[in-house]
Amino acid sequence: MEYILEVKNVSKQYANHQALNDVSIAIPKGIIFGLLGPNGAGKTSLIRIINQITAPDSGEVLLNGEPLAQGHENNIGYLPEERGLYKKMKVGEQAMYLAMLKGMNKKQAKTALDEWFKRFEITDWWDKKVEELSKGMAQKIQFIVTVLHEPELLILDEPFSGFDPINTNLIKSEILRLKEKGTTIIFSTHNMGSVEEICDEIALINQSQKILDGGVREIKQQHKPNIFELTFKGNMIGFTNALWTGFELIDHKEVEDGITTARIRLLNNHTPNDLLNAVLPHVEIVGLTEILPTMNEIFIATVNQENPAEV
Amino acid sequence: MNKIALIIGREYLSRVKKKSFILLTFLGPLLLAAVMAFVIWIGLSENSNQTILVIDDTKGAFSNMDAGENFKFMYIDDLEIDAAKEGFNDSQYTSILHIPQGILDNKRPLLYFKEQPSTMMQRSIESRVEKVVENEKLKLYGIDKNDYKRVKTNFDLALIKFTESGKEEEVMTEKARVGFVFGIAIYMFIFLYGVQVMRGVIEEKSNRIVEVIISSVKPFQLMMGKIIGIALVSLTQFLLWIVLSITFISVSQSLLFKDKLQEVSTMQMQTTTELADSKAFQEADVDITDLTNPQHLINRINWGLMIGLFMFYFLGGYLLYSSLFAAIGAAVDSETDTQQFMLPITLPLLLAYFLSFTIIENPESPAAFWGSIIPFTSPVIMMVRVAIGLEPGEYWQLFLSMGLLIAGFIFTTWLAGKIYRTGILMYGKKVNYKEIWKWIRYHD
Repeated sequence: MEYILEVKNVSKQYANHQALNDVSIAIPKGIIFGLLGPNGAGKTSLIRIINQITAPDSGEVLLNGEPLAQGHENNIGYLPEERGLYKKMKVGEQAMYLAMLKGMNKKQAKTALDEWFKRFEITDWWDKKVEELSKGMAQKIQFIVTVLHEPELLILDEPFSGFDPINTNLIKSEILRLKEKGTTIIFSTHNMGSVEEICDEIALINQSQKILDGGVREIKQQHKPNIFELTFKGNMIGFTNALWTGFELIDHKEVEDGITTARIRLLNNHTPNDLLNAVLPHVEIVGLTEILPTMNEIFIATVNQENPAEV
Repeated sequence: MNKIALIIGREYLSRVKKKSFILLTFLGPLLLAAVMAFVIWIGLSENSNQTILVIDDTKGAFSNMDAGENFKFMYIDDLEIDAAKEGFNDSQYTSILHIPQGILDNKRPLLYFKEQPSTMMQRSIESRVEKVVENEKLKLYGIDKNDYKRVKTNFDLALIKFTESGKEEEVMTEKARVGFVFGIAIYMFIFLYGVQVMRGVIEEKSNRIVEVIISSVKPFQLMMGKIIGIALVSLTQFLLWIVLSITFISVSQSLLFKDKLQEVSTMQMQTTTELADSKAFQEADVDITDLTNPQHLINRINWGLMIGLFMFYFLGGYLLYSSLFAAIGAAVDSETDTQQFMLPITLPLLLAYFLSFTIIENPESPAAFWGSIIPFTSPVIMMVRVAIGLEPGEYWQLFLSMGLLIAGFIFTTWLAGKIYRTGILMYGKKVNYKEIWKWIRYHD
């Protein structure tokens, strides 16, 4: 597989703590990659290394197979967690400046900005000072200047913190659009629920170490607890009797008159078919869904496995 | 390299386009021109014609003094001073000149006035009284007037420094004062623009834009871009100040005082003969009007050298200090936290400022030597020494001082770069010296 970014055995030690401990990650081209973990896990340290803001103590980072070097910063778009703009500068002037710092020339920057400003319907902001903008407006500008130079790799650190729901949706759809155009996107967030639906692959970082990575679907499959939610019409007692040794009833509740939802764990390699066969004679089936774990649950379960003593 | 030029451009333009910059650039010279115009106006503005009642206790000798440009003397015989004072307020006289008995024994004449006479008028009156007193004394001692003129002498002590090389050289406190003015200007501008660098860094940090920028450029490039951009702002300001000051002053003077100045110059020619022996007038003569006089202060200072060295020492001192200011800005979260770190930076600058006072009096002291060599004080102190004049045997000190200043700012920029790149990404942490020491020892 062709990787856009490979992080190989990277460690970083700050004066008082270990920020990264032998972390390795490989990100294929064109996917959305979630870098997940609680606050202080080391996500931002890793991102700063990828952006060459700091250097690792050991290990290496390859971008398109080459070790990071000067010039690579122009291929990366970075929206930091701590972000802002010059308050006294005009919006257009500032966007031009930031675009040119990413290596665009004046003409390219102006053309690209005009296009984005039109798309976001903010052309009349061009001559406004940033201090006149609302927070949500400033966030749009920050997003635009991050993606303006069409980077191959887009790194978004807590992109939705402080965004209102409307902007969040706008940015999400822009991100999906960029993905379609071939951009690889790294999402870093401590809020694991917020990105799992758009991530293709993830890595979980905890206490400076990577504890889990892979495709979202595979991870969920690996960690699924084999629990199914069965909705049926019929007698609860008959239903319970039908579940003999191979199944475990976790809980149930009546959702409306005569219709009950029950959660059942399959034991001993039983399949959903076995479950259906067992209960079919007794109740009328309304629906059957498998319950997949949330990323949050997987994270907690994995952390507990790694450090059982701490819980 | 292109990116650092972009940063310099932004730092420069965003400051030069500010209203406060434009205001300061124009107001400074305007104020200077106004002050100069005011001073000249005060000096020139004659009170309306004065009528001076002369009460001559010596009976007669002073009864024949010439009237001046805008004053005349009036005499009333046998009027006592007390009676004159009593009637003064109701009279048409504007002043009373009282020549007391014993004026020949150096008793001072007194001038009572309703409206204060200008300095020029005071001098004219003084010179007229002096002239009469001189004549009276000549008569009293039976000295021929021509003999007296031949005998009369007047000079200042010429201070000659005997240098090691055996060359003789004049030492002039005045020269030191010129150097002092240059030194103080450097001191002020280092502060003014150094603090601007610090504010700029704090602004970027508290705006949270800094991480966006350092994902495009190296932190060191951002810091240097800011420092150089502000240096260019300062040079622009100097240049505009010089050009505008000269323009404003010459325009205001030609507009306001054209007639008056001509008047004065004719009057001065007149008075020059009158006051030929007046020491006070001689000084004034050298100071203000006669720029062709080689003894004029303006002509004894090597302006090319001074301005060249001013630029060098200002830029050197600015680079030395501004990188430290940048480091402080990076270490703190807001300007209110800067206090504890400002002290070690302001201390050597203040020391240089106070040292330069003593150096005017004693340019040969060890304090002057060390102060002009050590980079933290040399920008201020070497200016004073150079203005006084270095002898060839001391040139090595100048070169050493310049070399050390360059080495000094390379060192402080290197040091500041290390503090800066860690500090700008630290938020919400109370930073102390111990912490900063850790940052300095960080590897990349």
